[in-house]
Amino acid sequence: MKRFETFFATKWGIIFVGITIGVLASILQKLGNPPNMGICVACMERDIAGSLGFHRTELVQYMRPEIIGFVLGAFVSALIFKEYRPRGGSAPFVRFILGVFAMIGALTFLGCPWRTLLRLAGGDGNAIFGLLGLITGIFIGTRFLKMGYSLGKSQKFSSKISGIWFPLIMLLFLILLFIDQFLLQSNQGTILHYSSKGPGSMHAPILFSLLIGLFIGFIAQKSRFCTMGAFRDIILFKQPHLFWGVFALFLSAFVTNLILNQFNPGFENQPIAHNMQIWNFLGMALAGLSFTLAGGCPGRQLFLSGEGDNDAAIFATGMIIGAAISHNFGLAASPKGIGPHTPEAIILGFLVCLIIGFVSREK
Amino acid sequence: MIEIIDVRGLSCPEPVLRTLEAIKKTDKETLQILIDTETSKENIIRAVNSVKWKILEVKKELDSYRIIITKHQ
Repeated sequence: MKRFETFFATKWGIIFVGITIGVLASILQKLGNPPNMGICVACMERDIAGSLGFHRTELVQYMRPEIIGFVLGAFVSALIFKEYRPRGGSAPFVRFILGVFAMIGALTFLGCPWRTLLRLAGGDGNAIFGLLGLITGIFIGTRFLKMGYSLGKSQKFSSKISGIWFPLIMLLFLILLFIDQFLLQSNQGTILHYSSKGPGSMHAPILFSLLIGLFIGFIAQKSRFCTMGAFRDIILFKQPHLFWGVFALFLSAFVTNLILNQFNPGFENQPIAHNMQIWNFLGMALAGLSFTLAGGCPGRQLFLSGEGDNDAAIFATGMIIGAAISHNFGLAASPKGIGPHTPEAIILGFLVCLIIGFVSREK
Repeated sequence: MIEIIDVRGLSCPEPVLRTLEAIKKTDKETLQILIDTETSKENIIRAVNSVKWKILEVKKELDSYRIIITKHQ
């Protein structure tokens, strides 16, 4: 067990996790998930927001079992390896706001950092601009970190039960999803909302999605896999540890796509993508800055939530609410291009993040 | 006087940033770092090794770890 544990802290450990995510994401796509979206934390949280009826964009509503699996898998991993540690209280509402703007940025590009890599691995050239934006946003974030940026210390909670609420909500979502399967079979109305067409209607069989999510959650918690951290640590410390994982994800998804005939290079007519490059860049720059100020990419925040980190759970909740705001107020992009009010939201997002960056200091 | 850097409760990458800052500024031969997560432990060990300092000891305490590092190889 000890050897298993230390393996994940090594270079080959993080590479193993990256390969696993890349291969499984491409396979999920083959099994029914939307194109170049085998796994996308932002898109999947957006679908969850739709499924809960927080927004009414009928094309993107589904209770994604992968997200549920990430949190519960990380929770089990944290329990087994004695890393479950209920904590929180480090500027929670600031983290919520960062989560909202992270999602507004991600939905301008149409993807989280994971999907940025998966889009590239599927041949979508527009993702190059998203990736450049992501790195730029992370770079801006590191300037604040160098100036002493901090959201302050979190506190350890005295009650062991304080960290189980986010995983429990995910478990509740899973139960609702299962109940709906029975209701569907007997032709009764469902509790949650489900897309009948569009990306929300495309999904792998529930059990596959759930098991893959659980497995990734389990190993990613232990390996600290983080796409934002990968670029941040290179910029700040020239430390490539996390980057090896991200690079492995890209390469393994690329190879799997070639094998499964899912590689279609080009800029035009790419699935669930647009080619307004300036907004692809700016959207991911805003997302990258928000992730850096909050200390983790959307996936990492879910794994931390599973460890009992209430601050990460609040960031993830901010992302789900951010998706609802994006779709309710015309901020989210679609394959046709950005929404009618995307520019205002992106400018506001940068203003808010810069203010947070300049004023947050730990004495 | 022992120099102690308490980075418990801080988000990534602040524990590593503060440790490296302390290494740069200190005139002491050894430093103690207080951390509270396995993640910080792994990250700090990696960072300390990369600047050619040495880990002397990692002590498990009640709710935290105390990492003692030294300049001498």
